[in-house]
Amino acid sequence: MKNKVVGIEEAISHIKRGDTVMFGGFGGYGTPNNLVQEIVRQNIGDLTAITEDFSDGYKPFEMGLTALLSHKLVKKAVMSFAGGQPRVTEQVFSGELEIELTPQGTLAERIRAGGSGIGGFYTPVGVGTVVAEGKETRVIDGKTYLFEKPLRANVSLVKAYKADTFGNAIFKYDSISFNPLVAMAGDIVIMEVEKLVQPGDIPPDRVQLPGVFIDYIVVQEEVAP
Amino acid sequence: MTDVRNMIAKNIAGMLHDGDFVNLGIGIPTLVANYIPDDIDVILHGENGFAGQDKELPITGIHKDVETYKAWLNTHGGEQTDHLSGEGHRDLINAGGFYITLLPIASCFDSSVSFAIARGGHLDVTVLGGLQVDICGNLANWMVPGKKINGMGGAMDLATGAKKVIVAMEHCTKDGKPKILEQCEMPLTAIGCVDVVVTELCIIEIKDRKLIVTAMAPGITREELKEKTGAPLTFAETVQTMEGV
Repeated sequence: MKNKVVGIEEAISHIKRGDTVMFGGFGGYGTPNNLVQEIVRQNIGDLTAITEDFSDGYKPFEMGLTALLSHKLVKKAVMSFAGGQPRVTEQVFSGELEIELTPQGTLAERIRAGGSGIGGFYTPVGVGTVVAEGKETRVIDGKTYLFEKPLRANVSLVKAYKADTFGNAIFKYDSISFNPLVAMAGDIVIMEVEKLVQPGDIPPDRVQLPGVFIDYIVVQEEVAP
Repeated sequence: MTDVRNMIAKNIAGMLHDGDFVNLGIGIPTLVANYIPDDIDVILHGENGFAGQDKELPITGIHKDVETYKAWLNTHGGEQTDHLSGEGHRDLINAGGFYITLLPIASCFDSSVSFAIARGGHLDVTVLGGLQVDICGNLANWMVPGKKINGMGGAMDLATGAKKVIVAMEHCTKDGKPKILEQCEMPLTAIGCVDVVVTELCIIEIKDRKLIVTAMAPGITREELKEKTGAPLTFAETVQTMEGV
């Protein structure tokens, strides 16, 4: 079987200029920060980013996903929360960044739909707000819903705590957030892990993300801020 | 100012029941956790993926420079600390970005489960901050046009899906304009979602396009309250006195 465990440089070289890239994590936590730094190092630009946010969980330093904005590598973002992320406001107002704001639960479900072969879904969230502009609405059993489309990416980047060499992974606490959803919705899926173990070390019924979704594994023992 | 925010929080805590599954938003809502009565248990939901927060940890000094912070992160991950120890774990935060501990009954889950909880009617109560609320129970709380790009985060999902939505906000803006109106002017978070508004001046229940005052702060007159509110008020048969801090 193909060896999925590769170096960080090789893994990130699968992202092409202009790609759509999806990121796991929330607020800079559970984010594949080493992989993000490698995108910056390889200077891969014109990206469309699908992410909950661009927070550096590690204020006051500018790190985490916000580094992609500082280096002007993102032209469009599908995202949910931009509070406390001055780069987003700056680059939207200067015209460098286009954003599509999506309610957080809708974003999670759009990604899940994208990874699950679902062509979209109806949700009550956003009805009567700017989120509904230009979208189909439908009344189901007397309640109004909005139609939301699925999301997929050329490359998905995720972060797990521990995985075996096949990619069966587990997460620590709430660093799981968007990671298993994002891992299902990318054509190529790259996973950063802190600890690599052998097949069988994680019992099958404790696996939170099946390795079948994973293409490349990058081991980074030190978490990057 | 702090007292105003704490007073609002304390009065909201008094509305919670034993066993309630509750989401607290960022800002004044976060303070509600400090006032939950000792004789009830409330299960706190975090939109980033947990149920059962115990405490926010007062971890300070770790952000003074990059090296100090990296060192902290790399000694507070994996199996090095846990959710009970109170030392903090780098993979355990709440939606406000604070390190936390979890209760023994707690669970962690991914974002789709977390928002199935929010959207699917599994939360008994969500407490949200507010910019404006109107007589239809519409809420605006995520965007001031022309200012910073904020994004709605989980606010729309929470406001739409919770069984009861309580808005915690100061009664007027900093320049004295009413925030409770006939019709919201700012971009909406959700329509018809608000059940109760708690300010430093009063508690208002919203029902059938009516703002019903059920409690007032000590020393406030009905006239004063009407002046500071941008829509007609109805007073409940018995208007209670709000708790101070």
